[in-house]
Amino acid sequence: MSLLIKNGVIVDPLNGILEKKLDLLIEGTRVKKIATGLSAGPSDEVFDAKGMIVAPGFIDIHTHMREPGREDEERFYSGTRAAAMGGFTSIAAMPNTTPVIDSVVGVKFVQMLAEKEGVVSVYPIAAITKRQEGEELTEIGDLVDEGAAAISDDGLCVMNSEVMRRALEYARMFGVTVIQHAEDKYLAEGGMMNEGQVSLRIGLKGIPPVAEESVVSRDVLLARYTSGRLHIAHVSTRGTVDIIRAAKKQGINVTCEATGHHFSLTDDMLVEFDSNYKMNPPLRTKDDVDAVIAGLGDGTIDCIVSDHAPHTIFEKEQEFDYAPFGIIGLETLVPLAFSRLVSTGKLGIVKTVEKFLNGYKILNIPFEGLKEGARADVTVVDPAREFVYSLDSIVSKSRNTPFIGTKFTGSPVLTVVNGRVVMKDRRLLV
Amino acid sequence: MEFKHRHLLGLEPLSAAEIGLILDTAVPFKDMFTRSIKKTPALRGKTVVNLFYEPSTRTRISFELAEKRLSADVINVQTSTSSVVKGESLIDTVKTLESMKADIIVIRHSCAGVPIFLSKRVAASIVNAGDGRHEHPTQGLLDLFTIKEKKGRIEGLKVVIVGDIANSRVARSNIWGLLKLGAEVRLVGPSTLVSPGFEKFGVKIYNDLDKAIRDADVINILRIQLERMKQKLFPSIREYNHLYGIDEKRLKDVNPGVMIMHPGPMNRGIEISDLVADGPNAVITEQVTNGIAIRMAVLYLLAGNLAPADPGEE
Repeated sequence: MSLLIKNGVIVDPLNGILEKKLDLLIEGTRVKKIATGLSAGPSDEVFDAKGMIVAPGFIDIHTHMREPGREDEERFYSGTRAAAMGGFTSIAAMPNTTPVIDSVVGVKFVQMLAEKEGVVSVYPIAAITKRQEGEELTEIGDLVDEGAAAISDDGLCVMNSEVMRRALEYARMFGVTVIQHAEDKYLAEGGMMNEGQVSLRIGLKGIPPVAEESVVSRDVLLARYTSGRLHIAHVSTRGTVDIIRAAKKQGINVTCEATGHHFSLTDDMLVEFDSNYKMNPPLRTKDDVDAVIAGLGDGTIDCIVSDHAPHTIFEKEQEFDYAPFGIIGLETLVPLAFSRLVSTGKLGIVKTVEKFLNGYKILNIPFEGLKEGARADVTVVDPAREFVYSLDSIVSKSRNTPFIGTKFTGSPVLTVVNGRVVMKDRRLLV
Repeated sequence: MEFKHRHLLGLEPLSAAEIGLILDTAVPFKDMFTRSIKKTPALRGKTVVNLFYEPSTRTRISFELAEKRLSADVINVQTSTSSVVKGESLIDTVKTLESMKADIIVIRHSCAGVPIFLSKRVAASIVNAGDGRHEHPTQGLLDLFTIKEKKGRIEGLKVVIVGDIANSRVARSNIWGLLKLGAEVRLVGPSTLVSPGFEKFGVKIYNDLDKAIRDADVINILRIQLERMKQKLFPSIREYNHLYGIDEKRLKDVNPGVMIMHPGPMNRGIEISDLVADGPNAVITEQVTNGIAIRMAVLYLLAGNLAPADPGEE
C-alpha cells in the first residue's frame, strides 16, 4: 500500500528541509521517496496537500491517559484517538494514575495496553519517587531499561531538595530527563487560580507566581550542581521563562514546555467561575502570556504540549473550589498554535513545527523525521482549514475544555502512524 | 426605573442607579416592618427556598422574615440535615428544589461562584446570601442603607473598613457599593490581609489604624476569623487586638460623630470592645433591622422578573 502526499510544503527541521515544495511517497511503513514531481501508481492513495504543511509526526510529551484507575475519564483507546485527531503520531503518558506507574510492572502495563488499544505511539513516563510521595527514588535504571522515556512526579512537585538533587544525580547515569512540576506546595496551598488583581477582585485564593518560580530557581541550581538533565513542565510565568533563559545561557542542561492554554488564555477569564478555566499551573496575566510567547520565539521554551487532563462532567460541574484542575487539549493544541501563534505572526511556521518535534530529543526517542527509509510518521497541517470545535465532535472520553464553540483557523488534516493513515480530513479512520 | 435583573449575584454587576433603586425601595418596607404586622402580597403563591450550606443566624432569619412579610411560602434547607451529607451534588440538590417549583433560591455557600454557577443552570431566581469570599450583596446593601439613613448621603463620606479584607465577602460587597455611590473608601488591616493590589480598585490602604480613622465618618469593623492565625496570617489574637481592636481609647481622638458598624457576629473584646459595641456611636442592631427591609426590597424587585411557572404563561 502506497500513499503519495502531493503538492505540500515540507517542514522538517530534523533533516534541514525548511519550507520546500516536495512530494512525499510512503510505501508500507516507510518513507520511500521525497522529491518534486512524484506521480502516483494505479493502486496508490493520493492526498493532495496543496497549501498545507507536511511535517514529521508531531509528539505531545505531556498527556494524562488516566489508565489504569480512571477509565471513566479516558482510556488509551480514546486518548490516542484524540491524539490522532489532534495531529499527533506520538504522545508521552504521565504516570500519576491509580496506581502510579512507579515500577516495571506499571511500565509494561502501559506499553501492552497502548499497543493493543492505541493508534499512536505511546511513550510511558515513570515516576521519580515511589507512589509519587516525594521520598524514595524509584528503580530508575530498571524503568529506563524497560522503556520509560522520562521520569516525573507530575501532578505533584518533588518538594524535598535532597530528593530532587539525588534524582537528578542518579538519573544522569542513564541520560534520562527528570521532569519537574514546579509548585511549592506551601506557597500554593488552597490556591484555585493565579494570585493577582483578578483573584483579589473575585475573592478566590490565589497561587502566586513565586510558587512556581522558587522551585524552578532551586531546580536549575540543582541541575547545574549535579549536571543532571532537567525539564520544567508547563511553564506559566514571566519569572520562570526568565530564570530558564538565564540558566540556558549559563550552559545548564535544562529544557521546558508550555501548554496551549498558557500561550492563549488569561486569568480574567475566571470571573464567571467557569471550572473549564481552572487548571494547574493556573492561567496567568497577559504579561505572562506575552513572556511565554517570547520564550517560544527565542527558543527558551522547547516544546508545546497539551497537558491533556480529562475529567468527568460531574467532577467539573461542581462548586469551583471542588472541581479538579485541568482541561483536555490533544484535539485543540495544534489548531490553537496555528490560530493564535502562526496566523497572528507571533511564531513562524518552522519554529512552531519544531515545538512539536523537540520532545523526541528530550525523551531520548530516536526519530529520523522525513528521510528516505525512515519510519513513516507524518503530520499534515492545513493552515487555512477553518472549523468550529463542537461538543459532539470531541473524540476524548471527557468534555472539559473551554474551547467548545471556538472557531479555529488551522487544523491537522492527516495523521500517519507507521505508514497507516489514522486520521484524514478531520475524521478518524480507526 | 425598573430592576431588570433576574438574580442578585453581587453588587459589582449593579449600576449606581440600580443600587439606589434598591435602597429607595427599602425605605417604605422598613417603615412597614417596624410599625406594623402588615404583609404585602408581592410573593404570594411563590415558593422561596433558603438553601444554606453554612451556618447563619441573622442572614437566614432576616431572609425568612422578609419572605414571609411578602407572603411567600418559605422553606428552609440547612444542608447539614439534608442529603448533602450523603454526598448529593450541588446541582442535584438545586434541581430537586427546582422540580418542586421553587421560584427563588436564596443561597449561602462557603465556595465563591456558586450563585453564578446556579444562575446559569436553573430557571429559579438566585439570591446570593454570601458565597465564600466573593460577595454578600444584601449585607453590602444594608450597610449602605444604614449609612445613608444616618448620615443623609454616601457621596464624599470617609468610610473605613477594618479587618480581614482579603477573606471578607462583606468587605468586597461594601467596597463595590461604596465606590459606585461615591464614598472615599479606606481599608485597614495587617499587610497579610490587606493587599496593596486593592488600591487599583480605587480605595486607600492603611496598615496604621489610628491614621485611617482619624477623620473617618464611618468605621465598619469586620469579624476576625480565628482560623487565620493557623494560616500564619497574623501571630496572635492579642497582637491583632493591640493593633486593630476598636475600643473607647482608640476612639478618643476621632471625630465624635463617627458611626460604628459591624456585620456580626462580633468577637467582643477582640476586634470590638463591649463599650464600643454597646455605645452611642454603634448602629449594629439597627443594621440588623435594616437587613430585613433591604431583603424585602430585593425580593420585591426580583418578584417582577420571575420566570413564568409554565412555558406558556405570560
